[in-house]
Amino acid sequence: MVAHVLRMCVFAAAVLQAQPPLPAPLARPVDFVGDVQPILRKRCSGCHGAAMQSSGLRLDDREATLRGGYSGAVIQKGDSAESKLIHRVAGLYGLQRMPPAGKPLSAEEIATLRAWIDQGAPWPDAVAKPAEAPRPAHWSFQPLRKPAPPPVRNAGWVRNPIDRFILARLEAEGVAPSPEADKATLLRRLSLDLTGLPPAPEEVSRFLADSRPDAYERAVGRLLASPHYGEKWARHWLDLARYADSDGYEKDWVRPWAWRYREWVIHALNQDMPFDRFTLYQLAGDLLPGAGLDAKIATGFHRNTLTNREGGVDNEQFRFENTVDRAATTGTVWMGLTFGCAQCHDHKYDPITQKDFYSLYAFFDNLEEVDIDAPYPGEIAPYERSRAEYEARRQALLDEYRVPELMAEWEKRILAAADNPGKWTDWDLAWDCVLKLTAGGDGAKILRKPPERRTPREWTILIDHFVRNYHFAVGKQKFEAARFPELDKKLAELRAAYPQLSQAMVVAEEETPRRTFLRIRGDYKTLGIEVGPAAPSFLKPLAAEGRPSRADLARWLTSRDHPLTARVTVNRAWQEFFGQGLVKTAEDFGTQGAKPSHPELLDWLAAEFIDQGWSFKQLHQMIVMSAAYRQSSAARPDLAERDPDNRLLARQARLRLSAESIRDSALAVSGLLNPSLGGRSVRPPQPKGVAELGYANSVKWEESTGAEQYRRGLYIHFQRTTPYPLLMNFDAPKSTVTQCRRQRSNSPLQALNLLNDPVFVEAAQAFARRVWAESPAAFESRMERAFRLALARPPKPEETARLRQYHATQKALLDREPQAVKALAFPAAADPWEAAAWTGVASVILNLDEFITRE
Amino acid sequence: MNWQDFRAIQSRRSFFSQCAGGVGLAALAHLLQVEGRAATDPLAVKAPHFAPRAKNVIFLFMEGAPSQMDLFDPKPALQKWHGQPLPPSLTKDLKLAFIKPTAAVLASPRQFTPAGQCGMELSDLLPHLRTVADELCLVRSMYSEAFNHHPGQLLLFTGHTTFGRPTMGAWVTYGLGSESRDLPGFVVLTSGVGTSGGSDNFASGFLPSSYAGTVLRNTGDPILYLSNPAGISAESQRARLDAIRDLNGMRQQATGDEEIASRIHNYELAFRMQTAAPELLDFSKESPATLEMYGVGKEPTRPFATNCLLARRMVERGVRFVMLMHASWDHHSTINKGLERNCGITDQPTAALIKDLKQRGLLDETLVVWGGEFGRTPMAELRRPEDADNAGRDHHPNGFSLWLAGGGIRGGQVIGSTDELGLNIVEDKVHVHDLQATILHCLGMDHTRLTYRHMGRDFRLTDIGGEVVRKMLA
Repeated sequence: MVAHVLRMCVFAAAVLQAQPPLPAPLARPVDFVGDVQPILRKRCSGCHGAAMQSSGLRLDDREATLRGGYSGAVIQKGDSAESKLIHRVAGLYGLQRMPPAGKPLSAEEIATLRAWIDQGAPWPDAVAKPAEAPRPAHWSFQPLRKPAPPPVRNAGWVRNPIDRFILARLEAEGVAPSPEADKATLLRRLSLDLTGLPPAPEEVSRFLADSRPDAYERAVGRLLASPHYGEKWARHWLDLARYADSDGYEKDWVRPWAWRYREWVIHALNQDMPFDRFTLYQLAGDLLPGAGLDAKIATGFHRNTLTNREGGVDNEQFRFENTVDRAATTGTVWMGLTFGCAQCHDHKYDPITQKDFYSLYAFFDNLEEVDIDAPYPGEIAPYERSRAEYEARRQALLDEYRVPELMAEWEKRILAAADNPGKWTDWDLAWDCVLKLTAGGDGAKILRKPPERRTPREWTILIDHFVRNYHFAVGKQKFEAARFPELDKKLAELRAAYPQLSQAMVVAEEETPRRTFLRIRGDYKTLGIEVGPAAPSFLKPLAAEGRPSRADLARWLTSRDHPLTARVTVNRAWQEFFGQGLVKTAEDFGTQGAKPSHPELLDWLAAEFIDQGWSFKQLHQMIVMSAAYRQSSAARPDLAERDPDNRLLARQARLRLSAESIRDSALAVSGLLNPSLGGRSVRPPQPKGVAELGYANSVKWEESTGAEQYRRGLYIHFQRTTPYPLLMNFDAPKSTVTQCRRQRSNSPLQALNLLNDPVFVEAAQAFARRVWAESPAAFESRMERAFRLALARPPKPEETARLRQYHATQKALLDREPQAVKALAFPAAADPWEAAAWTGVASVILNLDEFITRE
Repeated sequence: MNWQDFRAIQSRRSFFSQCAGGVGLAALAHLLQVEGRAATDPLAVKAPHFAPRAKNVIFLFMEGAPSQMDLFDPKPALQKWHGQPLPPSLTKDLKLAFIKPTAAVLASPRQFTPAGQCGMELSDLLPHLRTVADELCLVRSMYSEAFNHHPGQLLLFTGHTTFGRPTMGAWVTYGLGSESRDLPGFVVLTSGVGTSGGSDNFASGFLPSSYAGTVLRNTGDPILYLSNPAGISAESQRARLDAIRDLNGMRQQATGDEEIASRIHNYELAFRMQTAAPELLDFSKESPATLEMYGVGKEPTRPFATNCLLARRMVERGVRFVMLMHASWDHHSTINKGLERNCGITDQPTAALIKDLKQRGLLDETLVVWGGEFGRTPMAELRRPEDADNAGRDHHPNGFSLWLAGGGIRGGQVIGSTDELGLNIVEDKVHVHDLQATILHCLGMDHTRLTYRHMGRDFRLTDIGGEVVRKMLA
């Protein structure tokens, strides 16, 4: 029967061999202009001409034609039978026949092309170049100018130039802007937008009492200076950076030091690091002369890509996919273009060619993932003092468990297996595990290095791997006989007992530069032409001395005359303040994206952003100072038909808070919030069964204790395969790919989350306790305090009445349930029955639409 | 509501929304109350592209890749080659995850015999499934491009091996909405261990998160945060909700924001879920015969049987897409024991699900799909070469088996075949995208028209591929 299979294979090969007959070349000399060019024009240049160059091939230009396409040359002068152009038009070797639609080329046409090639493919100078195609006219590729703010009739409404652009449009449409929101709403809006936290009631009353003309500006200044500003805006940037605390694929290992990058972002934003430097550090911090630790940690931006440690994974494939992601993410975040579409083919709508994509890819192709010591001040001295003792004790442990001896043998056999795949299947597996499961470094690289050339850090990585993974080579029995699980535990304890240096995940350049090739159809195994790092061909060129580096790319992106970076960046800021960008598709400024609602305003803001030294704080201040921003968010029935999406900006928008901000608000008003800044990720309580959905139950969720439980949402450990439920219920991104804007969904699971999640029940209890502590005992006083805490306003009489009714109902129900009183009343309440009813009231308030909305 | 009724409701809706005055709005509100859906509800029932053959889907996802040559695709030729490597001419282009193409062949110890009137050959590991063979459309010629689990699962459920796209269940509920008024439209059930893909297998990707699968959990609350907190009784929950509703209503009047109506509606839906989910889980009204048929009351079938029975109860209640995951079938070692164990858990409940749906007349409108992300190699993986029982099989995406049954599917047939060694497909190749296209087709949707605009282009479940496999259809 196998013989049958073999026969079938032979047969299949025979099918491949049986090519359609190839017409013989014409016997006569052919004339390019008279014979050949008409065929190319009529049958080829629709897809391979001035307007479009499928697969990078152009057949209307002599130089380009002879150069060929992404797969290389298509014409072998003098040898038509070996020319890909002929293979294609004749449909040989199983390749798709060209042209793909319409009638195939006739035998005579093929014979003509063959003759032309065989005769040396002559192409007269006079027709060597076709008429040039016009440069793309799409708006976002045009140079950035700073338009003068337009004149308006109602100049009294204008607070800054932004308003002129908004009002001019409104006046042209005959629409009046909305009145300014009341002061309390404004302060709550400002606080939530700038810091992600609601204002304290005292801040509100101070603001209400402040009658100075610059009271609002002072409030803005105070909030911009708050350390929580960096947290709020870092979260926005982390969406773009696809930040997470775990690998993403399958085993989804925890990345214990990923947060160093998050902390860097928070600090950079709090210091108002100019966006050009912010860009340079993240894309190329490691390349800057004398790069400090900060600049290196910033490169963690490109360590947020996913890692696949599945056995049998081709590491080269995942290196390729990560590099693709780095290029595509850079294209989206800085240029607002869907570069990723050009991984496999030229972009269908935008002028991004596949070559452009791989030219951007080339900047990242030489990048190496490295983990480094990244000590905080004060860590080094104790570390160095204790090092000798620690090393001695560690070595003693390793000797005790015969590690040097067993490991030498292991190294020998594993390398032998690596060089003889298939010979020893158990050692094959052990080698594969070195490739996938080495933590903190490249195991294969270390193993291949002569032992005397390994650094101490490399030794540690390799020994730790050996101790943990020896069983893959020798089986569980021998592994346990060697008591390695016990040794692993002891090594961990020893590590914990001595000072260690904090780490960071960063990038570096590989020592030997890699050659970059375009990949045909985006398949990592199919190499096309070689490409170097370069700017996309439809934008201004990137000037650099020698081979352009990531630093050159960063500088090019943030050069004054780059048409996209500033536009894209200010648009995302606008989106955070108004709920949608001036360009609604923040992730797509290409031809398929939305047109800007206020193109001149967008340009003015972008130019002003650059003029102000790329300062985010200046940009944010300018936006929130505008009259446009300060408008009421109440619906405008008069515009419901005309402008249902509020593109004219005749009002502000009511926006549901982000997942993180909902949590932060509940913790803040209840007084539970731990406001400390930066640091490692935390794991608040999470129901059993959530983490267990991860691969083979390997995800562990060890709840944080004490005040750590009450840290802000952006510090919640993000496990990519099993994210924290609140984050998913309220539309936080899954953080596997870059995300430029969040959805704001509205679902029953959100209701269950806020009603019943123990975290929110605890918040309600604490909120009630706080209200009691901070207000006189009368129902109305407490109600007023509760509303001021949660909503920054006093309750309306009908609201108080309705809650009084609820309070009475709840008390009556509790009357019959002493157990419920015990469960709901906050500890040490003088009147537990009343306190339990107030926990109910507090929970109603924390569930109000208004509480989770910025108005 | 059936497909025909849908249009009537749509036209009533547009009538009411055209009435500017209060009467129209009140009438609309009443209608919505009757329907149990707000006008802006993302899960409102939507019309398919054409008359559907199935209303709901139950996808039995056997995570980790079950071995086709031990279950569905007999390969007696392997006996002759057992213990020897295949000729290099056959394996030279083979790229495998763990083993090398030179690995020795592993014959299957299973017995295959014809089952049902159709006579499809099934393994002795599936004694129950063979009793419903005439309902099954067995595909022996599935293939995938991914040979690692997480990318393979992404391809199977999102149509692409990379991250960020919506999953099949999300696409289906996005396309059709859900008829269930008080349960989520896309529900996920699990047994065994967690899967490689984790929540990526039921995420909504770039679709709104309302379309993400809701996990019906087997520990604690069946739906996350479903039960009232300690101290809150049903009455007191109702009182809380009434107060929230009224205060939200006042805010809506003040701001005119329609999103608040949607919030009110979702709180009511949450409350109904609190009643409906326990009712769903309450098997007391199921007959002893039914419980016994599934194997609910005994080990090792209990967890999977419970999920199968829940799946039936959910489609009865209008849940659009039920995904039932069992992990893991990733038998790199001790495959014989592993398969016996998994089949012991899943075979009886799976067959019972088909029979039960059939006897209740639900099979015609429910599409049942059983399968993993790829298949396994005819060659052995030997992690402990010294121990023969330790042998397993590696990942094999080039030809694997999967079956469908129910709404729109012609049962009692085998589609496609692989060569005598099970290495490659020789007839009727069915790509994962083709399967996806066919599933959507059974639901009345054209896979090229079920699209969502994102990052400047229209995306679809089948990416740029997929053809409906006509042979599968009834």
